Amino acid sequence: MSKLKGDIELLQGNEACVRGALLAGVRFFAGYPITPSSEIAEGMARLLPRLGGKFLQMEDEIASMAAVIGASIAGLKSITATSGPGFTLKQENLGFAILNEIPCVIVDAQRGGPSTGLPTAPAQGDMMQARWGTHGDHSIIALAPSTVNEVLFLTIRAVNLSEKYRTPVILLLDEVIAHMREKVRLPLPEEVEIINRKKPTVSPEEYLPFKPEQDGVPPMANFGEGYRYHFTGLIHNQKGLPTTDPQEIDSLIRRINDKIQANIKDITFLENYSLDEARIALVAYGSVARAAEGAVKLAREKGLKVGLLKLLTVWPFPSEEVNRLAQQVDLIVVPEMNLGQMVLAVERAVGGKCKVVSYSRVDGELITPLEILEKVEEEIIKK
Amino acid sequence: MKRDIEYYLRREAFPHIWCAGCGNGIVLGAILRAIDDLQWDKNEIAMISGIGCSSRITGYVDFCTMNTTHGRALPFATGIKMANPEMKVIVVMGDGDCSAIGGNHFIHAARRNIDLTAIIVNNMIYGMTGGQYSPLTPSGRFGTTAPYGNIDQSFDLVKLATAAGASYVARGTVYHIRPLISLIKKAFNKKGFSVVEIISDCPISYGKMNRMQSAPEMLKWIRDSAVSSKVWENLSEEEKKDKYVIGEFLDVEKPEYTELYAMVVERAQKLEVGK
Ligand SMILES: Cc1ncc(C[n+]2csc(CCOP(=O)(O)OP(=O)(O)O)c2C)c(N)n1
Ligand code: SF4
Repeated sequence: MSKLKGDIELLQGNEACVRGALLAGVRFFAGYPITPSSEIAEGMARLLPRLGGKFLQMEDEIASMAAVIGASIAGLKSITATSGPGFTLKQENLGFAILNEIPCVIVDAQRGGPSTGLPTAPAQGDMMQARWGTHGDHSIIALAPSTVNEVLFLTIRAVNLSEKYRTPVILLLDEVIAHMREKVRLPLPEEVEIINRKKPTVSPEEYLPFKPEQDGVPPMANFGEGYRYHFTGLIHNQKGLPTTDPQEIDSLIRRINDKIQANIKDITFLENYSLDEARIALVAYGSVARAAEGAVKLAREKGLKVGLLKLLTVWPFPSEEVNRLAQQVDLIVVPEMNLGQMVLAVERAVGGKCKVVSYSRVDGELITPLEILEKVEEEIIKK
Repeated sequence: MKRDIEYYLRREAFPHIWCAGCGNGIVLGAILRAIDDLQWDKNEIAMISGIGCSSRITGYVDFCTMNTTHGRALPFATGIKMANPEMKVIVVMGDGDCSAIGGNHFIHAARRNIDLTAIIVNNMIYGMTGGQYSPLTPSGRFGTTAPYGNIDQSFDLVKLATAAGASYVARGTVYHIRPLISLIKKAFNKKGFSVVEIISDCPISYGKMNRMQSAPEMLKWIRDSAVSSKVWENLSEEEKKDKYVIGEFLDVEKPEYTELYAMVVERAQKLEVGK
């Protein structure tokens, strides 16, 4: 068991995800094999039973998502991992989890798409699917690490946020982050902050499973603990029973959105590189943020005032911070391994306060620091 | 102590949504009477359903309940059972829910032989969406999407569940109540994946499309088309058309999934696999 804690190890992104999840208290995994996420399932199959946890290989990703929700309701912190095609299959039950406020984590190790796409090549094409993949008005939390160390800590954070806000949290890896190896210091279990879902403080007779507290989040009783109540994919009242009352419908839909938006400060995780006095900012996430950091170094060597805002939380989008950045700089460049998905959110947040340009790559190849620098220089010449 | 079935109902969830004469109420009554006979504690029961008229059952009962997504009740239930093997987990599905959209989950739950009881309310039609044919609509019968007669072969759930690996398989009807309650009880008591298919009536959708306008007419049809295995064996293939064999078809002992997984945990903790 020594390998579980405390040591410095050379870990793959997917392995770091497994370790982070276990440190955060995850004791249930259900999934279906798919590149480039399969090492997460394999790691879970090996390590979960050693901790008394449960691993299930289901018949598909729809079933995996369902099993994860079931296990969470029965009291185990639960996670699943997949890639594009499987992420698409999870969407219906992801919606069920959002509406029923079930804590769980979905890892999507992104690969090229659409469809079977490029199974072994990186991409960031699921950013909007993470946000809007399931139908209906909803909010979502999605985190995107750019180093193996960040995979470890953001997995822990994802589990904690899902418990704290009673909501599914998506962890967006990409093929590079999932498969690369880096040195990581694993925290000791006692160093890890663990957040558990709020339990009801009232008796079963008085318990209303969907009655929120101040923070918009209702306490959650697990099945089997003496609190009998109902979950349904239908819009429900505070008892959990189906309703067609316009007021009850409106208040539920608004609350499951607001509970995330209202706590955006707590959910947002960003990092700045050389942004002081920058006139040009890069906004990047995932493996592209590594190239963007490299581009900032190259630019600074050339005397160009370029900085980077690295998004670790991508949804809810940190509009306030990006808007503030737009007041400081003249130009924001958003490099992405897609045709420009997060740049849309950047533009919306910027609201015309500075110029925003997208830099895209969708050929299965990585974006390099030099390319980003060239894009920046091209924009400088245009001015 | 025998209780009135009201003890197991959520009063605030009524009135129910079912049409007058629908078999779903009979199924609900049979399940609750079986539970009462077994004197199960309400807190230990999880009842999970998919989507359809029959799946609305979970809203009306005072257990830990979940009305999930269409066809997916079994994998939700699998997660619950794995996480808490102490819970008694009952899954209620319609024929479309179980055998069309949920068909894959059904065979895999049976293959795992996980300790769940699957109750399939087979009204031979998609009731909730207004009478489209399902994989259990017999060939030659009518549905709103089979206006010239259904050309599909129908599944035999008993054979399907048996071949896929279940431990207990039975078929009853909403007409034969007492035998139905005992089949359900046996299924509940079975350690492993147990299946009870219940031939039920949907006068509104199936009845209307198939020249049976009322619930009593449908119940008479169910009574007359259900035969025991003994009778069934002596029927010609022609005579078997439109008849249902009812009773118990499989009752075997074999390793159950959560128990096998407990052994995996033991092995992993002893061996520190692949370290
Ligand atoms: C993914 C999905 N597809 C389709 C539907 C629409 N739908 C709701 S109920 C139903 C059929 C129900 O038929 P059955 O399972 O036989 O149950 P019954 O209503 O007859 O009890 C369908 C197709 C849905 N809710 N979800
Ligand atoms: S439509 Fe059919 S199955 Fe649905 S409630 Fe009415 S009678 Fe029952």
